Amino acid sequence: MRLGSGAFAACCVVIEVLGVALFLRGFFPAPICFSSRTENEAEPPAPEPSSGASSNWTKLPPPLFSKIVIVLIDGLRDDFVFGSKGVKFMPYTTYLVEKGPSHSFVAEAKPPTVTMPRIKALMTGSLPGFIDVVRNLNSPTLLEDSVISRARAAGKRIVFYGDETWVKLFPKHFVEYDGTTSFFVSDYTEVDDNVTRHLDKVLKRRDWDMLILHYLGLDHIGHISGPSSPLIGHKLSEMDGVLMKVHTSLLSEERETLVPNLLVLCADHGMAETGGHGASSPEEVNTPLVLISSAFGRKHGDIRHPKHVQQTDLAATLSIGLGLPIPENSVGSLLFPVVEGKPMREQLRFLHLNTVQLSKLLQENVPSYKKDPGFEQFKVSERLHGNWIRLYLEESSSEVLFNLGSKLRRQYLDALRTLSLSLSRQMAQYDVYSMVVGTVVVLEVLTLLLLSVPQALSSKAELDVPLLSPVFSLLFYLVLLVLSALHVIVCTSAGSQCYLCSLSWPAAGGVMVLISTLLCAVTSALAKTLARGKLLSQTPARSSSRRSELDLLILLGTVGHVLSLGASSFIEEEHQTWYFLVNTLCLALCREVCRSCFLGDDCGPQHGLHAEEEPEGATPALQAKRAGCSVLELDTVSKGPSPVEVPSGCERWMVLASPWLVLTCCRLLRSLNQTGVQWAHRPDLGHWLTSSDHKAELSVLAALSLIMIFALVQRRCSPASKVAMAFGLLGVYCYRAAIGNVLFPWQQDNKDISKGITEARFVYVFVLGILFTGTKDLLKSQVIPTDSAARTLGLWEVYSGLVLLAALLFRPHNLPVLVLSLLVQAILTTFVWRPLRHDAAEITVMHYWFGQAFFYFQGNSNSITTVDISAGFVGLDTYMEIPAVFLTAFATYAGPVLWASHLVNFLSSETNSSALSHACFCYALVCSFPVSAYIILVTSLRYHLFIWSVFSPKLLYEGMHLLVTAAVCVFFTAMDRTNTKS
Amino acid sequence: MKDTDIKRLLYAHLVCIFSIILSIFIPSFFLENFSILETHLTWLCICSVFVTAVNLILYLVGKPNTSSKRSSLSYKVTRLLKCYIYFLMSCFSFHVIFVLYGAPLTELVLETFSLAVLLSTFTTVPCLCLLGPNFKAWLRVFSRNGATSIWENSLQITTISSIVGTWLGAFPIPLDWGRPWQEWPISCTLGATFGYVAGLVISPLWIYWNRKELTYKNN
Repeated sequence: MRLGSGAFAACCVVIEVLGVALFLRGFFPAPICFSSRTENEAEPPAPEPSSGASSNWTKLPPPLFSKIVIVLIDGLRDDFVFGSKGVKFMPYTTYLVEKGPSHSFVAEAKPPTVTMPRIKALMTGSLPGFIDVVRNLNSPTLLEDSVISRARAAGKRIVFYGDETWVKLFPKHFVEYDGTTSFFVSDYTEVDDNVTRHLDKVLKRRDWDMLILHYLGLDHIGHISGPSSPLIGHKLSEMDGVLMKVHTSLLSEERETLVPNLLVLCADHGMAETGGHGASSPEEVNTPLVLISSAFGRKHGDIRHPKHVQQTDLAATLSIGLGLPIPENSVGSLLFPVVEGKPMREQLRFLHLNTVQLSKLLQENVPSYKKDPGFEQFKVSERLHGNWIRLYLEESSSEVLFNLGSKLRRQYLDALRTLSLSLSRQMAQYDVYSMVVGTVVVLEVLTLLLLSVPQALSSKAELDVPLLSPVFSLLFYLVLLVLSALHVIVCTSAGSQCYLCSLSWPAAGGVMVLISTLLCAVTSALAKTLARGKLLSQTPARSSSRRSELDLLILLGTVGHVLSLGASSFIEEEHQTWYFLVNTLCLALCREVCRSCFLGDDCGPQHGLHAEEEPEGATPALQAKRAGCSVLELDTVSKGPSPVEVPSGCERWMVLASPWLVLTCCRLLRSLNQTGVQWAHRPDLGHWLTSSDHKAELSVLAALSLIMIFALVQRRCSPASKVAMAFGLLGVYCYRAAIGNVLFPWQQDNKDISKGITEARFVYVFVLGILFTGTKDLLKSQVIPTDSAARTLGLWEVYSGLVLLAALLFRPHNLPVLVLSLLVQAILTTFVWRPLRHDAAEITVMHYWFGQAFFYFQGNSNSITTVDISAGFVGLDTYMEIPAVFLTAFATYAGPVLWASHLVNFLSSETNSSALSHACFCYALVCSFPVSAYIILVTSLRYHLFIWSVFSPKLLYEGMHLLVTAAVCVFFTAMDRTNTKS
Repeated sequence: MKDTDIKRLLYAHLVCIFSIILSIFIPSFFLENFSILETHLTWLCICSVFVTAVNLILYLVGKPNTSSKRSSLSYKVTRLLKCYIYFLMSCFSFHVIFVLYGAPLTELVLETFSLAVLLSTFTTVPCLCLLGPNFKAWLRVFSRNGATSIWENSLQITTISSIVGTWLGAFPIPLDWGRPWQEWPISCTLGATFGYVAGLVISPLWIYWNRKELTYKNN
């Protein structure tokens, strides 16, 4: 079967997406459900150990507190309570922490620091898998054992107000609830008023046992304006007021009932210096945890540095506090200070219950649990405990009992810590089978792509895909048979842990067929390549192919980037790699430009030219160019000056200056958004612009940017879409003004902020209109083969529609990124690529590099924190999953997508008909190379310390990028089809 | 003829390497607390001065281009001034390139500039000594097959290797090892120095190996 190389590449990428999806499914396993749990529901609590003597304590201990109120403040960082901000804005809380009856801790949240997994961690005490981030927006019901479900089973009445996520997680658990949706990040007052308005009523009613309040406003403020915004102070004071109200009400109730209550102040995650969250910086991970109850003793003196504990410890503590069994999957240990005031026997009883639960979990998860140091400690402590109980029942002297007891308590605490630690380590389980299968598919596809490079990049841009012959070959059937046998063996031995085994057999069989087909295709391609290689070696026709420094740079850059992915710092700072490569690329282009301009003349004695040069010979620009030129003069492979027409006069200077203009643009953009980890806290233009004091500057910049976008895009549009573009850009400004990001010159006062639904939908209409006109033109050019002008116009209109959509979705301070990307594209097209006549492969790789650089210029990074989810809610009234996901993905990958569509535009105007399919092939190859290498890297580094904080988010980004690439390649191929027809 | 030339080149390069080694050890006799990493700027200045001095001395002693027939004082002064301007220009242009590559614009200006000075010392000063302030000659030498003597060939190699060394020196900066030499611009200056030294070592060897293939128009 003959295929165009573009279509072939698109097929390959689509198959690769399947492989990567399978790998991801194996790498991020769904949380393991213990099969034994449902039966164990009625399991009696562990009795108190007693060697010989009969203890009467076989039931669960009674609750310590009659009522529990949990005040969860989203995004509350530890220093907001324990630091200077806490002293300033939360006086009541500070008083309670320092002098009141309370215990305060710093609870460490495990990454991903996103709300839904954190709530799960707080309530179940387990460590939610990383994949929960992806489900964060659409949280399914929590089936795991949790404090909430235990409390409900025990007949406790739970009331909840706050983030809707809770209601989704625990749909039928609350006797009363009011969920607020958290998707309108720009609103930070109403979300909290929605919670507080119920407070007076519910506090007076007193017919509940547990009250949960989840305040979202602080997190929203963080997302909008960062942790140093003045709004934070106001919000903290408001929260302090809420806390005071709840606490006084609880105290007044205690005076009547004389049973202590518990007030918990906690947070799900912190807030990074940039205002987001999701990653693992100390600011995001450290959250305050303050337990307040009159059962605790008052403290004296100043306690500014609380103990560090795990967030998962809260679940065990709450269960003990409510007299409930500890959730089965909890890996946390009891916060001991809470029970410190109780008699020794009760303290030991609580510790025993917790250790028994943890060791059970260990037994279920670790086959060799008996060798675990924690388990050994537990056994020793249990025996000692039995002895202690016997002594206690025999009523030995209290001093001996106390000394023995405190020794035992220390041992229990050690055992708890060790058990908890080894359990947290055990929770990361990989589905290796699915990972291997996914990797095999990806690698086979990559090998196929690499093997078909010479054929695909030939001038015909077509290649033979041996599809039918392998299907009927013996090898295919043999491989298929072996694979099926392997599948059966793996699945019967490993049980239902593997995703592939849980698939229905036709699906699994399909995967096997895919693998064996690919293997046969690779084998035949390899054989063909070898045969061709033999043929070539017999006729040494052109051993020294024309290879320039630019090709060398492109090759080295791609390989270097892939190698750099092995180091966690280089992943965190990947933007630096791309900026560096793009800068070097510009200097290399500059060298080419110089050579084409100067050396073409230098051969002959052209005095006029030198007379022009000599007086100004020492201008910085020229000097710098010389320096730049020599950067990449690495090898001396002979290559004559390329046949390039030397432009004259003004244009010549523009050509010479263009790489420097591009470099300057890149430098400007670089200072717009600081991303990464190490230098993310540095001040950048973006923060300066978004701070509320510089609204006027931001407005001017946004307006100028929109005008520039119009000026750059309109030159190749049809009149109708020109008008649509103008209205659309105007609508973008109106939208930003409506949601309060920018100002109109005629209304300086802050009008009430709306959600800007109308304005955004107004822009959407124009986006769709422009896209529709473009598609219509493209279809027309397909029907009328000679109409190549319509085709160019249509492509450009599709491109400008995408630009308009990006302008709507980008934050206003990011609009310059869009402008400069258009500018750089225009400069490079007119002054570098056209005159220097690079071939399609080089241009493709350059586009890819610039696309990657602009991905980071937008402020993206390789951590989940920087994904701007607010883009997904532009113009939407309620949360709708598909549009929201699409818009967020587009806004995140706008840089690469816009550069890729510019590539289509540029190449379709070229005369060479095979350029587009070459480009498609190169794009697929250049994108799939890092993904494949990264998959292998991640597999080998899966026990690395940073696997969850650094490597996994990057894996998600890579997977998403491959999906985008697949879409781009399919678009390329569609365009290519029209090309071949015309 | 050629072998003696190569030998002279080798000796000249050895002297240059020796000057860099001296710049590391001599200051510690005169300055207290001198070390390359902690008092980096001082070392940079000393190194630049040493290398420049050695280059000038070599130029005066060796006089590779004996073509300067006009030896009037005014000619010499203008030539010197021109050299000086060229050197400054190259420093500034390197500085601009570093800033374009992402060096901080307002902070650490002195550090960035001293890196530019060091790199200029390794690249521009030998060019000025060998070719004089003649932009045309520079363009010729740095174009393909433009070298007309082994001196120019070695100039190509040392210049390129210094610049590539600086380029490679930027690689460890994002790593989170927290070493003192990862600070800007220490790794780059070290890269430049290593690149320069490597160029000095490699170029005589390379020319020696390829002495059969190297044919110059003027020879």
